[in-house]
Amino acid sequence: MAKLNINAAIRDVEVEADTPLLWVIREQVGLTGTKYGCGVAQCGACSVHLNDEVARSCAIRVGDVKEIDRIVTIEGLSATSSHPVQKAWAALDVPQCGYCQSGQIMAAAALLRKTPQPTDADIDEVMTNICRCGTYQRVRAAVHLAARDISRT
Amino acid sequence: MTQTIGGAAARLSRRKFMVASAAAGGGLALSFHLPFGADPVAAQGAAVGTEVNAWVVIKPDDSCVIRIARSEMGQGTLTGLAQLVAEELQCDWSKVTTESITAGQNLARQRVWGDMSTGGSRGIRGSQDYVRRGGAVARLMLMQAAANEWGVPVGELAVSDGVITHAASNRSTSYGKVAAAAAKLTAPDPKSIVLKDPKDWKIAGKPMKRLDTADKLNGSKVYAIDVRLPGMLNAAIKDCPVFGGKLKSYDESRITGLPGVRRVVKVKDSAVAVVADTWWRAKTALDALPIVWEEGENAKVSSATIAEHLKDGLTASATNGDRQNGDAPGTIAGAAKKVEAVYSTPFLAHACMEVMNATVRLSADRAEVWVASQNAEASLAALSEASGLPLAKCEVYRHDLGGGFGRRGGLQDYVHQAVAIAKEFPGTPIKLIWSREEDQAHDFYRPISQCRLAGGLDADGNLVGLQVRVSGQSINATLNPGGIVGGKDRRQLQGMWAEPGDAQFGYSVPNLLIEYAMRNTHVPVGPWRGVNTNQNGVYIECFMDELARAAGKDPLAFRRALMTKHPKHLAVLNAAAEKGDWGKPLPAGVHRGIAQFMGYGSYSAAVAEVSVSPQGKVKVHRMVLALDCGHVVNPGQVAAQVEGSVAYGLSATLYGECPVKDGRMTSLNFDSYELLRLAEMPKVETVIVPSHDFWGGVGEPTICVVAPAVLNAIYAATGKPVRSLPLKNVRLV
Repeated sequence: MAKLNINAAIRDVEVEADTPLLWVIREQVGLTGTKYGCGVAQCGACSVHLNDEVARSCAIRVGDVKEIDRIVTIEGLSATSSHPVQKAWAALDVPQCGYCQSGQIMAAAALLRKTPQPTDADIDEVMTNICRCGTYQRVRAAVHLAARDISRT
Repeated sequence: MTQTIGGAAARLSRRKFMVASAAAGGGLALSFHLPFGADPVAAQGAAVGTEVNAWVVIKPDDSCVIRIARSEMGQGTLTGLAQLVAEELQCDWSKVTTESITAGQNLARQRVWGDMSTGGSRGIRGSQDYVRRGGAVARLMLMQAAANEWGVPVGELAVSDGVITHAASNRSTSYGKVAAAAAKLTAPDPKSIVLKDPKDWKIAGKPMKRLDTADKLNGSKVYAIDVRLPGMLNAAIKDCPVFGGKLKSYDESRITGLPGVRRVVKVKDSAVAVVADTWWRAKTALDALPIVWEEGENAKVSSATIAEHLKDGLTASATNGDRQNGDAPGTIAGAAKKVEAVYSTPFLAHACMEVMNATVRLSADRAEVWVASQNAEASLAALSEASGLPLAKCEVYRHDLGGGFGRRGGLQDYVHQAVAIAKEFPGTPIKLIWSREEDQAHDFYRPISQCRLAGGLDADGNLVGLQVRVSGQSINATLNPGGIVGGKDRRQLQGMWAEPGDAQFGYSVPNLLIEYAMRNTHVPVGPWRGVNTNQNGVYIECFMDELARAAGKDPLAFRRALMTKHPKHLAVLNAAAEKGDWGKPLPAGVHRGIAQFMGYGSYSAAVAEVSVSPQGKVKVHRMVLALDCGHVVNPGQVAAQVEGSVAYGLSATLYGECPVKDGRMTSLNFDSYELLRLAEMPKVETVIVPSHDFWGGVGEPTICVVAPAVLNAIYAATGKPVRSLPLKNVRLV
């Protein structure tokens, strides 16, 4: 039994302590926007925010997450897809197949929270999520676009 | 990407429908009978809209739902097809949405939507004619309905953005108001319609935003792996790691009582699955299950033994297809200068971000699958074959794919597996998900090959003879034996064909011999985005640079001299060279490489700017790609595909390989099967070469020039040709 704070709601889940947070989010909680890609923290498709930091949920034991830890998934990033990152992604038609984009968006949102005006080098360092469709050029442009949006508000 | 189901829709008889599918072993034909007098399937959403024809549903608020038969896997075909229908429909683009038809619906309506197969970069070019006619037919019916209502000749009406006007009487109406009357009219013959000249396009040809972006931004899009059904159980699977091996035994007692576990199921003769309430519990139990495999003789195979097997094909006397003119061997032997090289490329996995999965529910008289498929009709055939139920009792709920790249085409191996498991649980939906490791271990890999090349230059450095021998695995041998005719398998020489139109060799060489020697292995192979143009592009285009250097000529000038009879190839090469600043100064340490090749009916060329560090580390700074794909339906999405093809091509160039040890794959996750990440993505510039006299593909053609352009830039930097991939295994300095 675990109590999780996901998207500002407390969820009680019945699950073994060594279950990866990713699979608890997907299977017990039923939020499927967070994706399975590799299971070994390589690809970032499972990225969520854990206490405002980006985290690869496939590599976090649910037993290591406390009730006070705040988890935000792609579904909780904004109520109406209005986060500057989501708006920039839409403006530049970033997604192709879209499967990795939840993770890309969560990684970008965490980057901009810490570094509102990132350089290309900052983006290179943080945006390590794998996109097999190869949307990287637009991901980079959209992070910069979102940063401009943030700087105006 | 070449599986086909049936023939042209028009040739199908009403009650008999033949399905010849690669899913059924590449040759087995399934025939079945539609229920006599079957009514068309009620249109989805009919309650809130009127189906004017198969392609167009109009709602009372004037919004248009455009039906899509091809699969969307990121390549943008959904938006492009909608643009083509909307262009002829002349509706309001801002009110367009789409819906996907199912394979069962297509079947029940005598394949009114045509071929659902989505591969070979055919999504647009293979359906553009009939979808445009579909839109035009709907427009004419809607206008006729308005004319009938007003009692005026239809020729006096005009239409724009879904609003029909009669200027003489100053009346107007909209599609939403006349749709119900239009649907009752007899449709005009689509063939009688004169389609718009693409020069007059207002919706097609424009960089419209994709129609399928919104739910990819907030987690609400339901991929097949996200499907949840009442009472559903989950399955994890392991197939014998050695291809061709069998399952010998497993000890179920060791996992009995583990949380959530329901049962262990033997799947066919080579795999075992654990079924549990959640997938993580199924996977955990499967990892704990002791399994004994009967690996067989294939366990002796390794990358080294495969390389030896292929090497034999480089000099073998018997071949499996060739083309020639003149006397290449004799000319090269007597040439002023002779250049020789042997190249090689490895097996590659597709590595779709969404691992293989399928959810199946079976009952005594119904089989259903929820699946990401490049060919929903192949999924239907697989479901029918595996379940034993006739096609008419099967249905495929196709989800947009989290990556396809050729992996999710005709075979549908995961559907066969999911059905085998679901048979043990009648009425209960079973979701089978492969682990990433299983996905890497049981792909249908890009075929491994080697290539021996020899070229002869005359005293002036002109190429007078070229001999090319490809030795390697055949996709047709795995997937489509019927494609090998009289022992000849021309598919493996893709991009080196003589005839124009699809994958034509762009050079004229007075003495030319190109041959293929089939050398198959126990590793299954299949189409991998760009297929054989990738390997052949590396061989030809890198060797061209070796020849140019031996001739003391600039690589661009050397190519141009051989391309005068191939103006479209040449125009694209020139466009890449111009935009890519060929011949202009570069920063210190940065070097350029160039390449051109053809596939999927389109012409591609690339210029790469690359530096090699003193430690031998490669950095690709900029790539300019030129593409002539004929008519361009959405230039924004063409650019997106070109950008994506650079990433796919660079992953293969820098990192991609699937080594074989003890008969099995060893690169089982992204820690060893490395893929390109954002920091390594060069600046990509896309040049669309204007050409309006043909329809070419877009999703695949440009990949094949990525690797050779980069390798040629490295050659320029180091003076040493790179003849084997991936680069991570090559010492450059």
